[in-house]
Amino acid sequence: MSDAATKRATRSRWLLLAPALAVLVFAASGPLLIVLIYSFLTPGDYGGVEWNLSWDAWFSVIMEQDFFTDEIGFADAHLSIFWRSIKLSLMTALLTFIFGFPTAYFIATRPKEKRDIWMLLIIIPFWTNLLIRTFAIMELIRAEGTVNSALLALGIIDEPIQMLFTEFAILLGMAYVYLPLMVLPIYASLERFDFTLVEAGYDLYATRWRVLRKVIFPLAKPGVIAGSILVFVPSLGAYVTPRVLGGGKQLMLGNLIELQFGAGRNWPLGAALSLTLLAIVMVALILYVRAAGNEEVRHG
Amino acid sequence: MIEINEVSKIFTGRGAPFTALDNVSVTIRENEFFTLLGPSGCGKTTLLRVIAGFIDPTKGTVTLDGQDLVSLPPYKRPVNTVFQSYALFPHMTVAQNIAFGLEMLDKPRAEVKKTVDEMLALVRMTEMADRKTSEISGGQQQRVALARALAPRPKVLLLDEPLSALDFKLRKDMQLELKRLQSETGITFVFVTHDQEEALTMSDRIAVMNAGKIRQIGGPRDIYDHPAERFVADFIGDTNFLDVELLSIAGEQATVRLPSGAEAQVRAPGEGVAPGPVTLAVRPEHASLSGGAGAVLPGTLANVVYFGTDTHYHVDLDGGGRFVLRQQNQPDQAQTRTVGDRVEVTLAPGVGQVLRD
Repeated sequence: MSDAATKRATRSRWLLLAPALAVLVFAASGPLLIVLIYSFLTPGDYGGVEWNLSWDAWFSVIMEQDFFTDEIGFADAHLSIFWRSIKLSLMTALLTFIFGFPTAYFIATRPKEKRDIWMLLIIIPFWTNLLIRTFAIMELIRAEGTVNSALLALGIIDEPIQMLFTEFAILLGMAYVYLPLMVLPIYASLERFDFTLVEAGYDLYATRWRVLRKVIFPLAKPGVIAGSILVFVPSLGAYVTPRVLGGGKQLMLGNLIELQFGAGRNWPLGAALSLTLLAIVMVALILYVRAAGNEEVRHG
Repeated sequence: MIEINEVSKIFTGRGAPFTALDNVSVTIRENEFFTLLGPSGCGKTTLLRVIAGFIDPTKGTVTLDGQDLVSLPPYKRPVNTVFQSYALFPHMTVAQNIAFGLEMLDKPRAEVKKTVDEMLALVRMTEMADRKTSEISGGQQQRVALARALAPRPKVLLLDEPLSALDFKLRKDMQLELKRLQSETGITFVFVTHDQEEALTMSDRIAVMNAGKIRQIGGPRDIYDHPAERFVADFIGDTNFLDVELLSIAGEQATVRLPSGAEAQVRAPGEGVAPGPVTLAVRPEHASLSGGAGAVLPGTLANVVYFGTDTHYHVDLDGGGRFVLRQQNQPDQAQTRTVGDRVEVTLAPGVGQVLRD
């Protein structure tokens, strides 16, 4: 190849890469870099940032200086929000798995022409506005809501159960909202599943439970791993659901971050918290993928 | 011994009910290589799955050594299956696949290991023990599926067209291998196939099935030489069908009048036939063109086809109909007959079988 031809080939390669590069630079790396820079600046009086280099934001992610005594201690408020976010996200993943796996299995074992209808039923709520779905949950569980009214009418309880504005409410809301994200990947791995293997399991003296554990589950594992990640990650950063169903009492990370960019007027702290969230997600994913077995993830 | 007694299976879906098994009764003996042979949709696989426990019969009983099987779930039946698609567990190694049944029976670890090693040796897969099932060839997968099903030492091994996915050469090898495994392990094999040659070469006894019914049960020679009905004669091997008149019958010996008017001594089923018009089945290699004692069918040679091992002669019989003969070739044999020659098809006494329908 001549020099000119090589140059032309190089140029057209860059041209073809341009859209991907543009997305990477302007949509992914760029904003992230801005957030990173902001986290090392000081807050402006009315929002925004002052261009002074400072570690203060990072410091106050987990530490705080007492206003009166100047004593330095852990920022309990932040830590409890971290803990609640991680706990509720893990529980959401677990809950969606408990309900999602049988659902996906049920759909995958229907006749081919009926599966699409079942999948549609799973996906339809996903097309509805998140806020509306969340308010629907609120209507169900509030003190004068459907559930409490029914229980009262049946005489099972004497006074309404406080469900709204609790961690339970957030968990319920997130599990409901993210359930399709668990069902879809599990269904995808079960759809390719050869159900003769189930017969082979029965034939080789495995009971139903053992077939599920030794044959079906290991082969659905890539779907379960993908589903858990798809549910856990957005749960950790969830904003709307904890805002509405937690009623501002049960903050999660998303709400805390929003607070810093809004009423708190501490953009650097918000930026540092955002990056902390990112770090938690990455650490959690690495730990999870290691524990779940590298191989399945790579193959799945 | 498996006793299948008046078993029927009617599938009722949204369409019309489909009778897959129609009042089937058969006894499969201990240590027998028993083959269910028939075209696709004849009910042979359904019968196999009834024995395995994947399908409940609509009516009838299945017992194994006197013990009722129908009430037992598949995982409690001392019966293992080699699936058509092998159904090896893709997330396990060869050795883990073979160990699966033993582990589910909660055998001690040392025993599992010992049996797996034995099974690997039996199917000559010892070097492949730690391979994934996706990393071995079709023939090897077949052998692993066999070893996996044999490892728990079932009383009966069910094989659902296990050779159909293999190429010709491999299939020949595996036929011998299966026969060897059966005699070495002494386990009863129930083998399902649509391939008549496979059935003839391997089986102790064959049940020929069609439309949910067993049409005939017998040894390979019985079935081939003495088919009882037109379906069996037609399905297994090549056959000439002649419209003849049954003159007399005594036991399995019968006298018939051929279309040519000659009287022939032929075989007949012991029951189910009466004097009058019947169909006579004659295998192409059983008739002769070179004379000798017997009844004669004159005709004109219409075609001669050389096949290497043998030569096929197509004869247009006087009075209509075509008869195909097959004769073994000898080295450097001169071809004496040519198309258009007058020939005489001779049926020696005992050649030809009267069919029930």
